[in-house]
Amino acid sequence: MNHVVNAGAWLAQLVAVTTAIAAAPLLMGWVNQCRAWLQNRSGAGLLQPYRMLRKLLYKDAAIASAASPLFRVTPYILFGAMVCAAAVIPSLGTTLPFTAAADTIALVGLFALARVFIALAAMDIGTAFGSLGARREMLVGFLAEPALLMVFFTVSLIAHSTALPTMAQALAHRGAAIYPSLAFAAVAFLMVLLAENARIPIDNPATHLELTMIHEAMVLEYSARHLALIEWSAALKLFNYCCIGLALFLPWGLGAGDWRSLVPALGFLTAKLAVAGAALALIETFSAKMRIFRAPEFLATAFLLAVLGLLVHLLLGS
Amino acid sequence: MAYTTLGVIPARLPGPVPVRRCTVDARQLVAVCGAVRQAGGLLHALWASDESDRGAGQLLRVALQDAAGLLILELPLAGDAPMFPDLSVLFPAAGRMQRAARDLSGVRPQGGDARPWLRHAGWPEDFHPLRKDAEAASAWPVRQERYAFVPVTGDGVHEIPVGPVHAGIIEPGHFRFSVVGEKVLRLEQRLGYAHKGIEKRFESLPIVEGVRLAARVSGDSAAAFSWAYCMALEALSGAAPPPRALALRALHLERERLANHLGDLGALGNDAGFAFGLSQFLRLKEDLLRANDAAFGQRYPMDAIVPGGVAADLDEPNRLRLLGEVAPLAEQVERLHAIYDDHAGVQDRFMACGRVEPELAAQLGLVGMAGRASQQLRDLRCDHPHAPYDALAVNLCGHRGGDVAARVAVRFAEALESLRLCRLLLEQLPGGAVRAPVPEPQPRAFGVGWVEGWRGPVLVALEAGAGGAIRRCHAHDPSWQNWPVLEHAVIGNIVPDFPLINKSFNLSYSGQDL
Repeated sequence: MNHVVNAGAWLAQLVAVTTAIAAAPLLMGWVNQCRAWLQNRSGAGLLQPYRMLRKLLYKDAAIASAASPLFRVTPYILFGAMVCAAAVIPSLGTTLPFTAAADTIALVGLFALARVFIALAAMDIGTAFGSLGARREMLVGFLAEPALLMVFFTVSLIAHSTALPTMAQALAHRGAAIYPSLAFAAVAFLMVLLAENARIPIDNPATHLELTMIHEAMVLEYSARHLALIEWSAALKLFNYCCIGLALFLPWGLGAGDWRSLVPALGFLTAKLAVAGAALALIETFSAKMRIFRAPEFLATAFLLAVLGLLVHLLLGS
Repeated sequence: MAYTTLGVIPARLPGPVPVRRCTVDARQLVAVCGAVRQAGGLLHALWASDESDRGAGQLLRVALQDAAGLLILELPLAGDAPMFPDLSVLFPAAGRMQRAARDLSGVRPQGGDARPWLRHAGWPEDFHPLRKDAEAASAWPVRQERYAFVPVTGDGVHEIPVGPVHAGIIEPGHFRFSVVGEKVLRLEQRLGYAHKGIEKRFESLPIVEGVRLAARVSGDSAAAFSWAYCMALEALSGAAPPPRALALRALHLERERLANHLGDLGALGNDAGFAFGLSQFLRLKEDLLRANDAAFGQRYPMDAIVPGGVAADLDEPNRLRLLGEVAPLAEQVERLHAIYDDHAGVQDRFMACGRVEPELAAQLGLVGMAGRASQQLRDLRCDHPHAPYDALAVNLCGHRGGDVAARVAVRFAEALESLRLCRLLLEQLPGGAVRAPVPEPQPRAFGVGWVEGWRGPVLVALEAGAGGAIRRCHAHDPSWQNWPVLEHAVIGNIVPDFPLINKSFNLSYSGQDL
């Protein structure tokens, strides 16, 4: 891949990362707003996540006396990992400088790093809920990761690369060709996205019932700026996952990465995320939360679908 | 049932529900309890009353429910630390009531669980708030409490303490789970955080005003408790509320049942992650409450039922309006019922979750709505119908399942039945006054009110004092009997299912912490 590192590209990269950080809460607000509409509620508005972040950033942090430094640094590591991921994912253009820095396997590793730290921080305080949440998160995580890798492998067989920009570019240039293997991979990816982002049917981000929580149980002890960073990272994670999905399965409209292609790419991204967010809300409204022991079945199905995609590609060559 | 062979000849108390009363000795108490148990009866309530102002000791009252109605046994106890036979061997539900009676009145069972129940670290062990010589305003320094939870040992067993402060806005209660992985081996409840001295407070109120406090025993059962209180007061003073007032009381009670069932059905959907159900049912509940506000001037029936009748009459336009709302509401409830029934994800969460088999329910004495969902087919509105229920032929809604799905099904059936009753009550609303005078009761007059609230049978036992005062008032919520059953219902289930099981019972903390 020929990447010319110049000031324009760096500027474009900066715009892409800033867009991700700034727009992630908006996507969360959009999903929540769509859920509210689908439930016949008026909802809190698109800007509610920003109001929440501002409220949390104004508060004084209360930290448990038993907390180790790990507990304090985890929100920053989490946020950092998600920002790094946002820089690697080709959300606006395929030749941004950072997008070549890491491939999909490294990306999965980046998500795993964040998971390990949040789970460790959850157990750090020693409350029952922290370890409960960490335990469940690892259960979901160790099943979701292989499924996600399988999805990536399926696509990389088509694109002959594990680098996300190359994959996106290769798929975008094939036009309207339909790949059965990609259909399997897309469904598998959607299932992983739901599980990894603590959405219904695996987890319920809106619940107040501490005994049923997965992600929320791990962050019960966080407050103020730490909680703000964690909430923001969660929004970024959803944003990143959506962008990965769009880059792999709906790659049209991605710019090359130069300054001029940014504006149309931004328009495409907004439109695609709006549709993706509404679809996510629709799925969440239709389904109920599963019993936690159904999560392995759910993720095993995702893994199976990804493997089927791989087999379909190998057998049919498409 | 005849207890004459045991030397017990109960006398019928005046009032619209069948209540009998008899003084017994310790031997007779155990014998009658045994006979009631044998015949499939229940322990309904247990409390003590201080008779020291009459030169006696404590008086233990045990309310049993048999086929003929309510039987109240009175056991006089002498001495400063009086003992009585442990009834928890016959009725498991007696355990916590005995512990509470010990904390409040200083009467002890001979055996059984000796840990405090309502007394946390708030007052010393030798202080008994319901004794006549106990100063209600006494204050003690707060001490650290050491409560002996039953430990569960074994490989991989650990404890999850939950509450009394929760992540959501709910009443305070502590739940101690012993789990292996996600599986619950044992649940132990620690309640009593909402103790506020209601029974002591009653004794400083005039008897006609006590209804306001009774309505606040458990806010979601305001109509049930205030009706039970008024029934007791009217029984002991000989007042006769006019028929229109009784019909309006039943209307309040059924609308209260409806509001609670609608709210719970929504919350149960939400706890299964199906938020659509919550918003739909909350909308229906809100419409109902607004209609209450328009018709009666208040959303919840907090002080709607008063001694002698009801506080506010229902005018003709509002009667027609409420009547017109019945059919559309029933149609929407039926449509939501179909949506719940057809949703595979919701049904997967509800089915086989928190099951209380009918045999276990009978053994532990599960009552009310939860009891009916476990084939304990008791409903005061059907079994001992008082006016106006005697003219309505209430259909009993039962289920054999005993799981969350059964409790949901019973709620749906009862909501629709309540709507039918509301329609009948509004169509056949008698004319006339809505309030009758209440004569000043004789001192020592004793009356009982017994009403089927939305959660189950609510009991108020009232004793008049001199000069229109309350000598003793015991308000009993069915949560007393049902909380211990919840401990059994979660055994073998997984931890994240507990909130759903708990919600399917939806028991009152305040109503039993008093």
